[in-house]
Amino acid sequence: MARTGLKKPGLRVLVWLGVIIVALTAVLAGGTMAGKASWAPKLALDLEGGTQMILAPKVEGGSDINEEQLNQAVAIIRQRVDGSGVAEAEISTQSGRNVVVSLPGTPSTQTRDLIQASADMNFRPVLLNGAGAAVPEEARAPEDQLPKPTAEPANSSDTNWITPEIYRQFEALDCDNPSQDKQERSDPAKPLVTCEPASGTNPAIKYILGPVEVKGSNIVTSSFQLQQGAQGAVTNEWAVNIQFDDEGTAKFKEVTERLNQFYVAAGGESGTDPKAQFAIVLDDQVISAPRSLAVITDGRPQITGGFTEQTAKALSDQLRFGALPISFEIQSEQQISATLGGEQLRMGLLAGMIGLLLVVVYSLFQYRALGFVTIASLVVAGILTYLAIAILGWTENYRLSLAGVAGIIVAIGQTADSFIVYFERIRDELREGRGLVSAVENGWKRAKRTVLASKAVNLLAALVLYFVAVGNVRGFAFTLGLTAIADLIVVFMFTHPTLQLLARTRFFGEGHRFSGLDPKRLGAVPLYRGAGRLRTPEDRPAVAVRAKNAGAAAEAERRMTIAERRQAQKQEQLAGSSKSAAKENK
Amino acid sequence: MPSFATFGNELYTGKRSYNFVGAKKIWFIIAAVAVALSILIPVAKGGFNLGIEFRGGSEFTVSNVKTTDATVGEEAVTDVVAGSVPRVANVAGTTMRIQTDKLTDDETLRIKEGLTTAYGVTDNEVTSTFVGPTWGADVTKQALIGLVIFVLLAAVLMALYFRTWKMSLSAIAGMVVTMFVTAGVYALSDFEVTPSAIIGFLTVLSYSLYDTVVVFDKIRENTAEIDASTRRTFAEEVNLAVNQTLVRSINTMMVAILPVGAILFIGAGLLGAGTLRDLSLALFVGILIGTAATIFVAAPMYAWLRQNEPDLVKQAKRVEQRRAAAERTTAPAEPAQA
Repeated sequence: MARTGLKKPGLRVLVWLGVIIVALTAVLAGGTMAGKASWAPKLALDLEGGTQMILAPKVEGGSDINEEQLNQAVAIIRQRVDGSGVAEAEISTQSGRNVVVSLPGTPSTQTRDLIQASADMNFRPVLLNGAGAAVPEEARAPEDQLPKPTAEPANSSDTNWITPEIYRQFEALDCDNPSQDKQERSDPAKPLVTCEPASGTNPAIKYILGPVEVKGSNIVTSSFQLQQGAQGAVTNEWAVNIQFDDEGTAKFKEVTERLNQFYVAAGGESGTDPKAQFAIVLDDQVISAPRSLAVITDGRPQITGGFTEQTAKALSDQLRFGALPISFEIQSEQQISATLGGEQLRMGLLAGMIGLLLVVVYSLFQYRALGFVTIASLVVAGILTYLAIAILGWTENYRLSLAGVAGIIVAIGQTADSFIVYFERIRDELREGRGLVSAVENGWKRAKRTVLASKAVNLLAALVLYFVAVGNVRGFAFTLGLTAIADLIVVFMFTHPTLQLLARTRFFGEGHRFSGLDPKRLGAVPLYRGAGRLRTPEDRPAVAVRAKNAGAAAEAERRMTIAERRQAQKQEQLAGSSKSAAKENK
Repeated sequence: MPSFATFGNELYTGKRSYNFVGAKKIWFIIAAVAVALSILIPVAKGGFNLGIEFRGGSEFTVSNVKTTDATVGEEAVTDVVAGSVPRVANVAGTTMRIQTDKLTDDETLRIKEGLTTAYGVTDNEVTSTFVGPTWGADVTKQALIGLVIFVLLAAVLMALYFRTWKMSLSAIAGMVVTMFVTAGVYALSDFEVTPSAIIGFLTVLSYSLYDTVVVFDKIRENTAEIDASTRRTFAEEVNLAVNQTLVRSINTMMVAILPVGAILFIGAGLLGAGTLRDLSLALFVGILIGTAATIFVAAPMYAWLRQNEPDLVKQAKRVEQRRAAAERTTAPAEPAQA
């Protein structure tokens, strides 16, 4: 490069690319130092091995699981696992009875809980609540002050459900130090004494709940979003939305009609009547107990209050994946080795290297010195992809399988295609007789459209498959999208700026024999063609504009064609001895 | 021998031209025959050879093994069922898990014996059970839904970008030919269909449309002002665009196929069956066919779809008149068009 200085086109963009790479490296370095990320990309089950869990499904009521339920269970678990990243877990059935889940690496407690989480979710009205700690022996209510049912309970919110026995159980319950013993699954027709475990800054709370009113299987779906204010403006409050089916809608309407009366009677916002609350109970534990602020008639309640993005997502996931009347028990959890030997990866990488070498040789043969730009661009694309994979491995639990490695090797072809399209356009412009600087600019303008349109197809495939498909296909979509984006960044921020700079060097600008952009080799038609005639670049050789007098137009065209042919012939004869024909912009 | 650059120049100026559009009948017949064969081959062979991931299979568990070498387990299976691709993994220290395709009772017993000797364990330390597919119906269903949505959206995207649904239709037709023929060749190879192969097909699908968009963009550019030109007819402009992008097509295909070919012939050749072989075969065939389908199917089909539009018929007439006029005023030695 002859001169430097930020005034040169392209240099600024290259600096920005450098900033992006440094920033990504810094993010990864930070994550590595914090012990959360690693420099090496994470590997998937087939290459690294992981953990194999055998889950025994348990159907409510203790009957045997049938095939349909088993398939449903597999689908639900796949959804849960996919929901926690793109790790490409393997899920299958065994002996028509168990579900086998194989996960790469060691699954986090969070993932394990999510898989195991039984789907026994329901909604119960709150009868009484209290601080999480057990009431000290001496402070407990004396025998004669215990609440005594006076009549048969009329509905689920009736305090007549609280018997002395249940009240004693409530007093003794210690939610600050919950016992780890496995409890029998509660009876949905009876009241339940249970905890809402402490989370974040919220202390644990204990509850006496009425019988089940709405079942989790009545939930169609759930989502979370920033709450909309009265004017439709987005507020900073996170909210969780639930959508019930018809049965759930009817029941939930009935419940909220009753609960809302307690809410209004207790004085609305400032009221403290626990009976205005309904509890969302998962696995017999309260995950949230919102108050019923309004009667919900459309089956689409929204839960708000003190959510962060994470807690809103967690609750929404629990609600969405919770609607399955099957629970799972982990029968065994074992380490499992890679199903593909390290040999497969080594051979794959070796073959990939040989393939890349062939690409390098081919590029240099085809594009001479310009081939080095291709190679440098592929290197930059490689660095970006590598950094992205390592960072996404940390944040999204993205793992490379052998198929993913092969996919990235294949992406070389499509990445290189952007350059090939671009270079061929530049050559076309040179053939039209432009100087290199303007050929680069004009070629880019045209190539940009093509590159964007074609990459849009790839990105579309990646997006659709990522959001619709599950399992391996989802992992594939992720890799496809990743390489397409890396490719766009490289062609816009590296290849084009580099060519802008190179076009101003003598080697390329004057079309050296080995530059790959030698106008003579490309059979260029110069803009200035003697006899005082100038041809504008837009005026393609031998494209006649339609005129009223077709004969005259044809005549004009014909002459031009001959002139051009002769010129071209002369060019060919003189090739190798005459000086560069393109003098524009020099 | 003329250099590749000269070849490119001649294609660009139209001095050298291959008649892709004009000979469309031949290409369409070849494509139709290839698609028909691709449908017949799997039918004749009794469907695709689906792997354990799709159909489920048998699983052997060998406890307290003397060695955790995976290859002895693989051999124990391949000795009984030649050509199968067992998946062997080491579970929790001294247990081996061997998964195979569905087996007959006889095969199961013989593999069990083989595993007992291979791992130096007693009879009751080898147990077998049936495992379900990891790529179940739910995965296939979601993948298919995704595909349909993608193809529809891609068709809309292309129709909007190119401002004509005829390009969308031609591109999709080229893609369909590519997919059928690739699947047919895969079936012919008798390789097992594994998730890797499916991933390969999906890559081919997106590559095929991608490749067509690149060529069609040049066609769009060349035919943008067709009304105002009497130089070439529409079909000739389309043909010129394909010729002008031919160097690009060849270069891109070569660059894409070199790494894939290396994996297929070197990697898979050394390793035999497995993920790499399945994926690279699907890709190798798909990229070749996809590039060819753009040139021989998609582009001629587009020209064919539009050739009867009134405006273009008129334009073709004008080109003819102009040429006839040129004929009258010049010596016949001058070729009027490429």
